[in-house]
Amino acid sequence: MTTSVVEPKVGFGRTLHAEWIKLRSLRSTWYTLACLFAVGLGITALAANGAGQAWDTATEADRLAWDPTGRSLMAYIVAQLIVGVLGILVVTSEYATGLMGTTLTATPRRTRVLAAKVVLATAIAAVAGELLMFGSFLTGQSLMTGQGVPTASLSDPGVFSAVTAGGLYLAAIALLAIGLGVIMRATAGALATLVGIVFLVPAMAGLFPSWMTGLFNYWPTLGGSAALTTVPSPDYPHPWLNLAGMGVGIAAVLAAAFTLFRRRDI
Amino acid sequence: MTAIDVRGLTKRYGPETVVDDLSFTVEPGQVTGFLGPNGAGKSTTMRMIIGLAAPDRGTVTIGGRRYQDLPVPLAEVGALLDAGAVHGGRTAHDHLLALAVSNGLPKQRVGEVLARTGLEGVARRRAGGFSLGMRQRLGIAATLLGDPRVLIFDEPINGLDPEGIRWVRDLMRSLAAEGRAVLVSSHLMSEMAQTADHLIVIGRGRLIADTAVSELTRTNGESTVLVRAPASFAPQLVAAGATVREGLESTLLVSGLTAADIGQLASYHGVALSELTPQRPSLEDAFMELTRDSLEFQGAAA
Repeated sequence: MTTSVVEPKVGFGRTLHAEWIKLRSLRSTWYTLACLFAVGLGITALAANGAGQAWDTATEADRLAWDPTGRSLMAYIVAQLIVGVLGILVVTSEYATGLMGTTLTATPRRTRVLAAKVVLATAIAAVAGELLMFGSFLTGQSLMTGQGVPTASLSDPGVFSAVTAGGLYLAAIALLAIGLGVIMRATAGALATLVGIVFLVPAMAGLFPSWMTGLFNYWPTLGGSAALTTVPSPDYPHPWLNLAGMGVGIAAVLAAAFTLFRRRDI
Repeated sequence: MTAIDVRGLTKRYGPETVVDDLSFTVEPGQVTGFLGPNGAGKSTTMRMIIGLAAPDRGTVTIGGRRYQDLPVPLAEVGALLDAGAVHGGRTAHDHLLALAVSNGLPKQRVGEVLARTGLEGVARRRAGGFSLGMRQRLGIAATLLGDPRVLIFDEPINGLDPEGIRWVRDLMRSLAAEGRAVLVSSHLMSEMAQTADHLIVIGRGRLIADTAVSELTRTNGESTVLVRAPASFAPQLVAAGATVREGLESTLLVSGLTAADIGQLASYHGVALSELTPQRPSLEDAFMELTRDSLEFQGAAA
């Protein structure tokens, strides 16, 4: 049997464009993004409004470690869940409706289909994430200015990189969510796993054996988000290394997702 | 040129062999009925043809190429395996547009297939509000996007009203008349009798028959003649070597003699016949006979 080399006429750009049409044609995409900004900026406002009281009751040590940048970026904790929902739905909505079969009939090159979903969702999460983080920073600083507490500006040392890290962190969580969506093939399972990773494990970090704490240096919401501050925590002296480590872990999840997606029957 | 070539296809799920060394071809210009009882492996076979499931053994080629190697899949094969496979939040137009764009097809194809399937009026409505019949039409519209030479439909008339059934039937006939290869699965022999030119019958994943529809009724199912005559004629038929059963409304179902034989016999005995009708064996009967054989064979083998 001879193998014919077929020049693909339908390239990655077409697949990406088709995925964009699918994503933009769903109202849920826009609701999710609206929710991201409403909830994100709302939490920023709450955190900033509490700044005056926090400053008044703070000890001298607290005041030395006062981080107006980190305080204005706290919305990432909830925002990561909403970004995660966006990433999960890009994959699981197709499994839930059976549309995945139609998609892969039109584009049988599965790696290309998943790559298009990953690129698209991550790009949207990165743009939305950066917009939210910069919006949160500016909103938070302006709300704190009126309360007589120290504030930061984007030109202060470390501030721009901390805010930028917030957007990158959210994009990375979107990637993780896509990977979970592919592996679980169901919205509920993927979302529960994501909540477990970003909320439950960090909340119960103290319960785990000590050998696991090394992992927590690179865990979402723990070490992975250390770069979102300008006053480095003594636990994480090089916060970008922690963020990069989280990226490596997410890459491993995605690699597993790609392998499963290529091999599994639909 | 052969449109679909299935060779030695085998698929196992755990210990169960769902498709077992299946080979057949689908030719252009005709409707090929893919028939078998529920659970016979029809859907699994179709999923393997379009690369959604990987065979454990065997190959499938479309016009000589593996499905995965088709440069523009929608321009070669249109497949509808599940009419429900549409996101309810997306409009018919957007659903089709994404598919067309993914294969680099011109955008006006979307309007054209919506027109051919009678969905222009609901193009901008969300598919979640569609009736089953409308979803079926939307699924068929998607198969026509790339003007493909090969069409594959899995149980396309399931759940349709009589008007929808007729529409699907006429569409499949016209697609075949345009020279396309049409493979349609069904568990209803009677439906295939009205639509298909050629039949591939499977049972428990194995090929039972690969034959023209006319051939199947000729060779399977005994032919009988319905006779309406005075009761005294029955012994005379038996004496002439026929097997006689009682039919409805005091008719006789005669096998072993042709209608002409029976007419001559009646004339000889001076019996007045009020009806003499050769009964074509129904496809349904032929199908039952075929699949019963396969089940017995399977039982004996197990």
